[in-house]
Amino acid sequence: MAEATHAEVHRHPAPTGFIRKYIFSIDHKVIGIQYILLALAAVLVGMIMSVLMRVNLSWPGTHIKILETLFPQGAPGGVMTPEFYLSLVTMHGTIMVFFVLTTAPQGGFGNYFLPIQIGADDMAFPTLNMMSFWVTFVGFLVILLAIFAEGNVTVGSWFSKLGDSFAGGSGTVGPIGGWTGYPPLSALGKIAGPGQGAGVNLWVISIAIFCVGSLLGALNFITTLLNMRTRGMTLMRMPLTCWAWFTTAILALLSFPVLLGGGILLLLDRIAGTSFFIPGGLYVSGATVPLHNGGSPLLWQHLFWFFGHPEVYIAILPGMGATSHILSTFARKPVFGYRAMVFAIFAIGMLGFFVWGHHMFMSGMSPYSAVAFSILTLSIGVPSAIKTFHWLGTLWGARIRFTTAMLFAIGFVSLFVAGGITGLVLGQSSLDFFFHVTYFVTAHFHLVMGVASIFGMFAATYFWFPKMFGRLMNEGIGKIHFWITFLGVYAIFVPFHAMGLLGMPRRYAQFTEYEFLKNSHGLVLFVTVAAIITVAAQVLFYFNFFWSIFKGAPAGDNPWEATTLEWSIPSPPPHDNFAGILPTVYHGSYEFSVPGAPNDFIMQTDGENIVADPGGGNGGNGHRH
Amino acid sequence: MFVSGKWWFPPAITAHGPAYDRQFLITIIVVGISFVAAQVGLGWAVWKFRATGDAERATYSHGNNRLEVVWTVVTAIIFISLAVMGQRVWASLNLTKAPAGSYTIEVVAQQFSWNFHYSGKDGAFGRTDPNLIDDSSLNYVGIDDTDPNSKDDSVVSTLAVPANRPVELILRSKDVTHSFFVPQLRFKQDLVPGMNIRVHFTAITPGKYELACAELCGMNHFKMKAYMLVLPQNEFDELVALPQEKFQARKDELLNKYQLPNY
Amino acid sequence: MAATATGTDRAVHPGVGGGPRNGNGFHKNGGGSDVPLRFSPARYRIRVWMGIGSILMLFVALTSAYIVRSASSDDWRRIAMPRVLWLSTALLIISSVTIELSRRSLKSKNESGYSLWLINTVVLGVAFVVSQVFAWRQLVRQGVYLASNPYNSFFYLFTGAHGVHVLGGLCALGYLVIRTRGVRKSVEGELRRVGAADAVAIYWHFMDVLWIGLFMLLTFWK
Repeated sequence: MAEATHAEVHRHPAPTGFIRKYIFSIDHKVIGIQYILLALAAVLVGMIMSVLMRVNLSWPGTHIKILETLFPQGAPGGVMTPEFYLSLVTMHGTIMVFFVLTTAPQGGFGNYFLPIQIGADDMAFPTLNMMSFWVTFVGFLVILLAIFAEGNVTVGSWFSKLGDSFAGGSGTVGPIGGWTGYPPLSALGKIAGPGQGAGVNLWVISIAIFCVGSLLGALNFITTLLNMRTRGMTLMRMPLTCWAWFTTAILALLSFPVLLGGGILLLLDRIAGTSFFIPGGLYVSGATVPLHNGGSPLLWQHLFWFFGHPEVYIAILPGMGATSHILSTFARKPVFGYRAMVFAIFAIGMLGFFVWGHHMFMSGMSPYSAVAFSILTLSIGVPSAIKTFHWLGTLWGARIRFTTAMLFAIGFVSLFVAGGITGLVLGQSSLDFFFHVTYFVTAHFHLVMGVASIFGMFAATYFWFPKMFGRLMNEGIGKIHFWITFLGVYAIFVPFHAMGLLGMPRRYAQFTEYEFLKNSHGLVLFVTVAAIITVAAQVLFYFNFFWSIFKGAPAGDNPWEATTLEWSIPSPPPHDNFAGILPTVYHGSYEFSVPGAPNDFIMQTDGENIVADPGGGNGGNGHRH
Repeated sequence: MFVSGKWWFPPAITAHGPAYDRQFLITIIVVGISFVAAQVGLGWAVWKFRATGDAERATYSHGNNRLEVVWTVVTAIIFISLAVMGQRVWASLNLTKAPAGSYTIEVVAQQFSWNFHYSGKDGAFGRTDPNLIDDSSLNYVGIDDTDPNSKDDSVVSTLAVPANRPVELILRSKDVTHSFFVPQLRFKQDLVPGMNIRVHFTAITPGKYELACAELCGMNHFKMKAYMLVLPQNEFDELVALPQEKFQARKDELLNKYQLPNY
Repeated sequence: MAATATGTDRAVHPGVGGGPRNGNGFHKNGGGSDVPLRFSPARYRIRVWMGIGSILMLFVALTSAYIVRSASSDDWRRIAMPRVLWLSTALLIISSVTIELSRRSLKSKNESGYSLWLINTVVLGVAFVVSQVFAWRQLVRQGVYLASNPYNSFFYLFTGAHGVHVLGGLCALGYLVIRTRGVRKSVEGELRRVGAADAVAIYWHFMDVLWIGLFMLLTFWK
């Protein structure tokens, strides 16, 4: 192959003009920040919805002024109707899972740092990358539109003109079927209840758009990682963050199309009168439902959860990668068992495709398959436990520096254990007889997917903020933010386990109807107070984030004395990351506290003269001491 | 918090209840030990290995193969054992047919109420047809009056089951997916439109219990409630031999007679 | 903070310390090509294979829905395949041959061959889509609608979904026709051109194989 010594140093020149620089940019760093900003906006919407939900559960009949103004139909006199509550549940779940947990960890930090960490000047397909963000953004706009298509009479009436399945203006803030949208409830349209007209259609369309955006992103991640690693960056020298992003991209590539398929079938059932999910002989709201026959509601559940289970690993794996990375950095110690960690990431990813049935034990599917799913589900606990041991091993014998990023990474481990361990209960089909669709499940997935993932993102933010913006976030405010949030989330979600033990079902707009729930009231109030405090504390984060962009202390290239490639370039990085010079990598990613080395860290680009690579090119990660 | 009894399962009333509670206890002990060990380990490591002022470095180590193998194997054994043990109650309920001598009741769920269809004295269910359903004329499950078997059938909104005798439920739904859940039964099953799902259990303790819908079915999901009566054998036999109106009246009497548990 | 072990050997650490870049430092360390910055056709190939994996998952999901649905009700009725679909299949198979010929021409630097076979492929591709539309209209005339019975639903769904992806392929072919005919001046430009043609060819073959799979499913399953 012809050697082109200085050919193609810049694949694309630096952009000029505000629009090309900040709006329609093909620079992966700008796109990464755009994803993060999208997630910051989405999480705000999600948190507000959850507070409204908590208020409704704790003090039924409360007049909420703003609801009266914005949504007079769904909350007459400011008092939430049950369907309004259910639409909050649905939108909270959908927005959080898709637009927060599937954007920031992968599209946000992954986009920004994968190319840099492997020594590339951008993603493999920068224009495709830009498209993936804007497609995702359009998806977000559509889901926001669903709020008003159902919540606002005028907007709703525009949609109602499109046909029966688009009936809008019912007063809710979107569909009421939960983020899981099980048919027939989600397929029958407005006869099944308010919010099930335009709200569902827009929900499906938004998710379909999101699927496409996600796929475009996944293509980029995989190609970039396989093809664009710099010289010396073997696979086993890559930071664990890269392994996590890579596995997540593969999961996204293979699971989102299945959701897309299911979504298309659901939309056809609603709009075109097909019967993929709708059986015959239904009698809804006082009349038989004509023209449908033979569909299977279980089919949707299989398609949805085949996607849904890998999705939760998509949400958590980047956080695991970031945690490993950050723990090692601030413990000044290599990651314990790098190879095993890589293997565990892969095992979790791949096994994640075989356990979807544990969401469906009670669904009516074959009880024999439930046995298989149950055993496989508990097996997936093994690589997760391995990772936890390795994190503990990384801390053992360390010299820990307690930066805010480190606190959040430690918090991740704590929360991941807390949430993951109840998987041992829920994964057993026998025990699920009681716990399925109770608050015990809600506790489990919020701790492990909601909170642990968010902690991973917080850790990543505090860690990489200096690199992205050239300034440090305020550590003092950061630490206060950590403590309130850490204690707050435990205060919120541990009581959920107790509620689950009482038998409290999910998605109940009120708990007033059942005697067996009467002991829950104290718990419910306690959780609400904790939630309001914790959500309010996030103001500290938003303030710190945006204020520090302009007024934070200057950061320098490597404020944390870290080893990976991003810390060898300026903060913020130049347009093409490495200023035209390709880094050469000589070491693994976690060479901290190497005996005999002048400093307690060796950067990956530090020359071979520096001690401790006797294995010569095997990544330096097979040492035994 | 969990141990205070206030925030714990209501006592089980089924034959499989003790086995269920035992499996849960074993699991929660494993969970509890792991949780405490991990959190304490984490806290202690973070405390013990914090950077102090001195210039000493961390221990340079990439891992320990032997340790990794040991903890992987131990974890796998514990988890897989739990998984296998956790199939027993499942198998006893869902991998077996209802025992001979079970009493069969048809359950038909709808937005937002429960219908329980009894076969009456002749023990044979009258034919039902979805096309005959008409809520306004109170034919909730679509009973075909021309079928002689349906003469003695009753359809009521309370579930009555005999104590100490296996019960088979045939679960159906008229509109969307619902789920049958009574906490004391340690049992749950979805009711899926288009499917007839057969389940069985044996209740032991007479009394009155609440039945809650456990699958989101629309706006009044939170108040889709019914009562379940577990009746001593003679009371039960007497009840289910009655024709519709008398059945209804007697069941209302029994609802007054039995009280909900003390929560 | 920035001063590290590199104090002794500044030249090998151009990235540390935020100082001005000196390209010498890098090349002094061992020369060789700027591998990741230089374009590599493998990039296009990886992308297209990943994309194929993704699209395949979509059709696998729909296929499993097809199989499940065929067993779940008694109103499943297969229709006779419109004859024009056999023509569709033939057109697509021939177009696979032509695109392969075009790809090989390009490899052996035969520019006119590349152009010719490429345009033939486009024509055949368009003809395929037309024949599909024809088949649909024929079915509608016979009263076979999307919602009439589940088999019909899947028939329209599969052919429609496949058709949409073929249209995407036609756009890619169009791009090749408009932008990649004629030798490029730079080495990198040539690599890109050949890489793009390769990748589109792989995609097109996938469209063909997918069609055959769907066609057999619709014709022979149950």
